[in-house]
Amino acid sequence: MKYALLIYDTPDAWSDRDDAEAAEVMSRYAAVGSDPMTVGGEQLELPHTATTVRIKDGAELITDGPFVESKEYLGGFYLIAAPDLDAAMAVARRLPAASEGGAIEIRPLVERAP
Amino acid sequence: MIDAVFREEWSRLVAYLCGLFRDVDVAEEAAQEAFEAAARHWPREGLPDNPRAWLRTTARRRAIDALRRARRVVVGLDEGELEELPSPRGDARHPSVGDHVVPDDRLELIFACCHPALARDAQVALVLRSLIGLSTAEIARTFLVSEETMKRRLTRAKAKVRRAGIPFHVPSAEDVGDRLETVLTVVYLIFNAGYGGREDLADQAIWLSRVLSALLPEAATIHGLLALMLFHQARRDARSAGGRFVPLPEQDRALWNREMIREAQGRLDLALRDANRSAYVIQAQIAAEYCKDRFDWQRIVALYTELQRLTTSDIVTLNKAVAVSEAESPETALRMLEDLELDEYPYLHSTRAELLQRMGRLADARAEFARARELAVTDLDRAFPAERLAHLSDHEP
Repeated sequence: MKYALLIYDTPDAWSDRDDAEAAEVMSRYAAVGSDPMTVGGEQLELPHTATTVRIKDGAELITDGPFVESKEYLGGFYLIAAPDLDAAMAVARRLPAASEGGAIEIRPLVERAP
Repeated sequence: MIDAVFREEWSRLVAYLCGLFRDVDVAEEAAQEAFEAAARHWPREGLPDNPRAWLRTTARRRAIDALRRARRVVVGLDEGELEELPSPRGDARHPSVGDHVVPDDRLELIFACCHPALARDAQVALVLRSLIGLSTAEIARTFLVSEETMKRRLTRAKAKVRRAGIPFHVPSAEDVGDRLETVLTVVYLIFNAGYGGREDLADQAIWLSRVLSALLPEAATIHGLLALMLFHQARRDARSAGGRFVPLPEQDRALWNREMIREAQGRLDLALRDANRSAYVIQAQIAAEYCKDRFDWQRIVALYTELQRLTTSDIVTLNKAVAVSEAESPETALRMLEDLELDEYPYLHSTRAELLQRMGRLADARAEFARARELAVTDLDRAFPAERLAHLSDHEP
């Protein structure tokens, strides 16, 4: 099965880290990135760089900022191919955000017949 | 009341089908149809040589038909293979299928139903449906929700199992402790739902623990939970008389089920072989003390103190206070109840009332009994404080 691991971070998570700590955290993300189960993934720029587009009754509404304002923000994601949810949870636990104030949301991808 | 043979065969069949098709919904539908077919054929044609194998073959065909109709892909198996397949596994715990030896996949199903990725009420509903075989309507009645609501809850839970890839396997050695804890929480919730009203649910929970214990014989905590439930269940007939709750000291011991108490003690002895005692084991030790002819209050207090090291539950403190009132004094016990956050719990107030009564503070006792009566949900719970209240008013100084 394929899963998206959505990485939710808190604003303080990165600002509280010095360079050495940030490098150590990045290396843990990189380790998951090079795991054989991982098939893709990206880190996102911070939410203040987001642009939201909505079209209602033909009128376009552009807003500066993310669709949902919240304390935790989507900081990045991995796509993994794992045999089952237990295996996906084991990968999620290794992501630094899981144990450092953030959270990992595991979402199965919709399966389509080949 | 669910027929014991039905329950046993239902749970085995659903588990077997889940192992094959990885889909609780398909498994339940097919199992249901197989039992309906059995009800039609067996009375006419006589019992087949191996009823369990007959049910499996019939249900497997139904499931394959259903999957074909839904044009669903069966992961990792092509359809031709499925027709031939006797069993999904062949390891030591699942011996190859002879004429009368069929593997038991229920442990895998139990862990799937109680997966931590499912909400608690979803876990309980799935266990009641898939393992115990209650109908959606019966489960709805247990939860005091409409049948429609329960149907939605079950459908959502089964879809989550399938779409999220919740595995049908026994967790890794690293995870199995936590996972078993969740399973036992669900079993004990079902037991308490039965203890609080639907009596057959208590029997179902006991049966399920027996199954669990047979499949995981090394797990001391399962023996502990089973012992705990059996000690409670053994006193069931003595707990109420004429529609009112009878407190332990007033129970007619002739109504206690001695055989069940012996079995409980045997399970407790097994659990105590493991030096590492879980909360269930300690609770079973306490329940064992309450089943003795003379209560050793000092020992009961000591056991509660051990239990408090494992749990911070206010209920434990409340129960301990009752023992302290006997081992020391009602005053000490009353002080223990001061900071508990159980104000909505009728038993807190009836306990306080009894302590106050023993201390001679009758007006305060009356107020507490009145509060307990007000908060009680069932008639059985209401009858006890109501009667005490009437008794106290008769003896107005």
